[in-house]
Amino acid sequence: MPAGTLQIKAISAHTGSIPGQGVQREEEVCKYIDVTTCIGCKACEVACVEWNDMPFQQTTFDNTYQTMPATAWNYWNLIKFNEHQREDGTMQWLMRKDQCMHCEDPGCLRACPADGAIVQYANGIVDFQQENCIGCQYCVSGCPFDIPKFNTKTKKVYKCTLCSDRVGQGLEPACIKSCPTGCLKFGTKTDMRAVADARAKQLREHSGFPNAGVYDPPSIGGTHVIYVLHDITKPELYGGLPANPRIPPTYTAWKRVAKPIALLLGLFAAPVAFFHYVTEGPKEPQPPVREVPR
Amino acid sequence: MTNGWIDIKNTDMMLIMGGNPAECHPCGFKWPIEAKVQRNAKMIVVDPRFTRTAANADLFLQIRPGTDIAFLGGLINYALAHGHIAHDYLVHYTNAAFIVQEGFKLPEDGLYSGFDSEHHGYDKSTWNYEQGGNLTHAGAAATTLTSPPPPAPPHAGGGRSASGNALPVDTHALTGLGYAAQGPSVAKTGGGATSSQRPTTPAILPPNVAYDLSLQHPRCVYQLLARQYSRYTPEIVERITGIPKDQFLKAAELFTSVRKDGDMKKAATIIYAVGWTQHSSGTQIIRTAAILQLLLGNIGRAGGGMNALRGHSNIQGATDLAGIFDILPGYLKMPAPDDVDIATYLKRSTPTSSKPAEWDSFNYWSNTPKFAVSFLKAMYGDAARKDNDWAFHYLPKIDRKYSWVEIWDSMYAGRVKGLMTFGMNGVQIGPNAKKNIDALKKADWLVVGELYPDETSEFWRAPGTTPEEMKAIQTTVYRLPCAGFAEKDGTFVNSARWLQWKNAALPPPGLARLDQDILAQIFLRIRDLYRKDGGVFPDPVLKVRWPYTQPDHPSLAEVAREISGQALADITDPSGLQIKAGQQLPGFAALKDDGTTLSGNWLYCGSWTEAGNQAARRNTDDPSGLGIYPQWAWSWPANRRVMYNRASCDLAGNPWDPDRRQVWWDEAAGRWVGNDVPDFKPDSKPADHMGPFIMNAEGVGRIFGPLAAFADGPFPEHYEPVESPILNPLHPQQSNNPVVKRFETPFDKYGEPSQGFTVVCTTYRLTEHYHYWTKNNPMNVQLVPEPFVEIPHDLANDLGVKGGDRVKVTSARASYIAKAMVTGRIKPMLIEGKKTYQIGIPIHWGYRGIAADAGRTARNGANLLTPTVVDPNAFTPEFKGFLVKLEKV
Repeated sequence: MPAGTLQIKAISAHTGSIPGQGVQREEEVCKYIDVTTCIGCKACEVACVEWNDMPFQQTTFDNTYQTMPATAWNYWNLIKFNEHQREDGTMQWLMRKDQCMHCEDPGCLRACPADGAIVQYANGIVDFQQENCIGCQYCVSGCPFDIPKFNTKTKKVYKCTLCSDRVGQGLEPACIKSCPTGCLKFGTKTDMRAVADARAKQLREHSGFPNAGVYDPPSIGGTHVIYVLHDITKPELYGGLPANPRIPPTYTAWKRVAKPIALLLGLFAAPVAFFHYVTEGPKEPQPPVREVPR
Repeated sequence: MTNGWIDIKNTDMMLIMGGNPAECHPCGFKWPIEAKVQRNAKMIVVDPRFTRTAANADLFLQIRPGTDIAFLGGLINYALAHGHIAHDYLVHYTNAAFIVQEGFKLPEDGLYSGFDSEHHGYDKSTWNYEQGGNLTHAGAAATTLTSPPPPAPPHAGGGRSASGNALPVDTHALTGLGYAAQGPSVAKTGGGATSSQRPTTPAILPPNVAYDLSLQHPRCVYQLLARQYSRYTPEIVERITGIPKDQFLKAAELFTSVRKDGDMKKAATIIYAVGWTQHSSGTQIIRTAAILQLLLGNIGRAGGGMNALRGHSNIQGATDLAGIFDILPGYLKMPAPDDVDIATYLKRSTPTSSKPAEWDSFNYWSNTPKFAVSFLKAMYGDAARKDNDWAFHYLPKIDRKYSWVEIWDSMYAGRVKGLMTFGMNGVQIGPNAKKNIDALKKADWLVVGELYPDETSEFWRAPGTTPEEMKAIQTTVYRLPCAGFAEKDGTFVNSARWLQWKNAALPPPGLARLDQDILAQIFLRIRDLYRKDGGVFPDPVLKVRWPYTQPDHPSLAEVAREISGQALADITDPSGLQIKAGQQLPGFAALKDDGTTLSGNWLYCGSWTEAGNQAARRNTDDPSGLGIYPQWAWSWPANRRVMYNRASCDLAGNPWDPDRRQVWWDEAAGRWVGNDVPDFKPDSKPADHMGPFIMNAEGVGRIFGPLAAFADGPFPEHYEPVESPILNPLHPQQSNNPVVKRFETPFDKYGEPSQGFTVVCTTYRLTEHYHYWTKNNPMNVQLVPEPFVEIPHDLANDLGVKGGDRVKVTSARASYIAKAMVTGRIKPMLIEGKKTYQIGIPIHWGYRGIAADAGRTARNGANLLTPTVVDPNAFTPEFKGFLVKLEKV
């Protein structure tokens, strides 16, 4: 998903300098999701599928309004529906738009051993570059939000790009564009955080949600997708949002300790590459795979 | 909508009931959200299910389908008892002070005065005002006609009043002054009018209405209202609706809090949709809410109003252009056989004003002759002349009800031989689908104009039809591929009454044609046949005005210009403007009854003027910040965005809320001016006391709906749905709406709890699908792949059903199979102390579509289950609240 106009900040498994780094100042962007005004209409799901030209798939009824159990390699944006019975006898039907959180400290990027398969732009977007992906799926296990999804046919991993192709052209992401209620907004991280804090304050003071707050977890340096939740003390209620997301220690250790050592072992890279060629075959042209069912 | 979508952002309080806008109107729902986020507005949602709208509510109450009047009547009772009412508004802008004739009886036994048990109808002559002028109670505060009365002191009066603006309700006087004493018997009418005592005066509204501005006369509308709803106590509300008393009181206090202590600044809106109309008392549910809004002074106000959310992109336009059998375009009355000439028709359909002599009434429907003659000129052109009654005789006269279910009933009975359907799926959208499928088997021919092959165009493939039966079907079916909405230009009229012009995005594919081309070409060929062969009465066909440049391909722009209206001679409008023959008219004030103007629909007059197509305007200026956008598209009537907006001002013509200034009286200019177009006679001084409700002959809002306004009573009364788990706790001997018709074919069975039909069922739509259409679109099918039935946990446990198991829902008419969605969003309810289950079925599936064709789902439609029962006023079927039983398959 090339986005040539965006400044790159970090590249997976990359040594040396980052091309164009610091040439231009770039604001950090952020997607604002007010879960308290989401109506679960799934316009964002449709916009995501259509903008990214992803194939339809057959789904099955699963005793829920949720389209499928989890995001998929060809379904990057999923509203998670959860019924919640509150202690006072009232109920809540929580609808949270699930997608890549675009972490400030991205576990996927840390985990990725393929040079340039994952980049982080200066604006905070974490983007997969499938042409460099080796299909090892380390990113899958490195993600605290279970977002990257492997396609067994193309042997690549896919996820939400935060519409880096649109953002690079000065447009908002497709999901934001399609949202009818305004529960999705897009802007700079500073602005969105201010809007979110004000909304959470309003919920605490006027709407009877004393625990309302903003989900922007510091354990991963904050995210470029932030949520306003009715109850910030219980993010798990919203379809398993982790209260304290962490990158597996293996991968945090990787960059600090193991990676320099690994670089020394770079001498072995050539036989590894040869072995990979033998087992996986030559690099093939990229999808999109079209599988429109009839 | 009296207001509009955007105006919802101005509200302080929302009652969303009988509608699920977050799911069915997701784009419009941005405005309720806006009100919450920008104004801290509160949202109360009342629904049989915890919907996606409820997920955004401040307070949600689960109600049993079909008991809305009990809930809303309870709110009226609460508002009156606690004085949470708009006193001046009530006295001066509604008929609260009007005195009703002696002999009128409230339905404490389930029936109003004048019931004819043989014909299941009412003699409505006692449902009328008394003639007689000012009878204001001598001891009342000096209430003058031309200046506002002082606000009522707190704790005014005695009796039931608790605080604020409560007015005394003299229940003793009600019986003391000859007010009908009610007994339980249906046959007797107690001390009230019997047929022999009934006044023999013709049933017209009196010109000089008796009134009591103190609202103390025992027969004034206010006192009758108080008495009518005094029975709707929180306890009875709980027994009927299943809403626990404490929750009801919480909602009542919250909603009526906008008028706490008589404060008039705040505004509350009521938002509803087909969840209110689709009942055997649907119109009366809406009436109850409208009465509540009049009591609270919320009609005509920014952020207030009665806001009907229309179901389809152009259903408002269809209604305005007479998509209903009993009206002509612009809500003109349909001629009846007794209308022997146009004079008789106009006399019957043109109201005369009925008001206190000291007040003024614009009575805008007094212009009916101008609208009717201009319509006939649009229909028949030069063939409509004064000497032939403007071709009035060419119009059909309706001798009975020709509503949707009647058409199918007549087809079933063999009286309707053929059917043309465009843009609708006939066997899916009506109740009792099996009967409708059977009716089509008896028809000679069927024409379907559609995008997809559907259940109607393939009715013979309905599950259960045997090969032998298929062979026996002789109906000739013509399937015409039609253009989709994006392949046509023309207007959509939205819920906010905006006409919005759209352009065709692309031409129709393949052999598909525009609907108007198909209809025009059929018309031209029929006209040729009449020319060639003659006929019994050819003139209504031969003399139709057909002025389009391409007769077989009428441009919708030409049709829109004709609907808006043109001058046929040089004329001068009331403002002195000269209009030349052939020019577009500036608005309906220019219409004439002398044949010099034509207009296909007076309400749309001004939508296409000499300045061009007003519906195509796209200016986004909003100087007032109220979301009026006066130059975006065009809104009927006369481009005003909030109807009855005179009522947004006090008696002196100043806005109730200076922060939401819509219109106001400009003393210096001697005119009503403002941010919106005043819905009023522009030069009527406040001192003239003209009523703000200019479409009523009274000039004021109708809390009491007199005479023939409604088929089933001047006030709404709670009646149980035709299929109900209980007898009506208010009057078990008259449980259902007494004027509702029951149909009698073998398919028209009605279920009873004693037959095992004990589960209450309701039907509805999902965000992810659009009617019966999107089951053909892979994206929508991906979002929600197959039909389901929503079932409470307890009921699922009773039946041993898990989520995803197949269940069979059976009504007295048919069965429906789908997977169970076991949910906590529908709870069991206590109805009359008995645990009662509710279930819900989304309607979107049938025997055609991606999943059905692939054999992945049961091939049935939700309307197999629903009964042939319609509201006696609007003829809408009772799709909500019927009885079923449920079993595991």
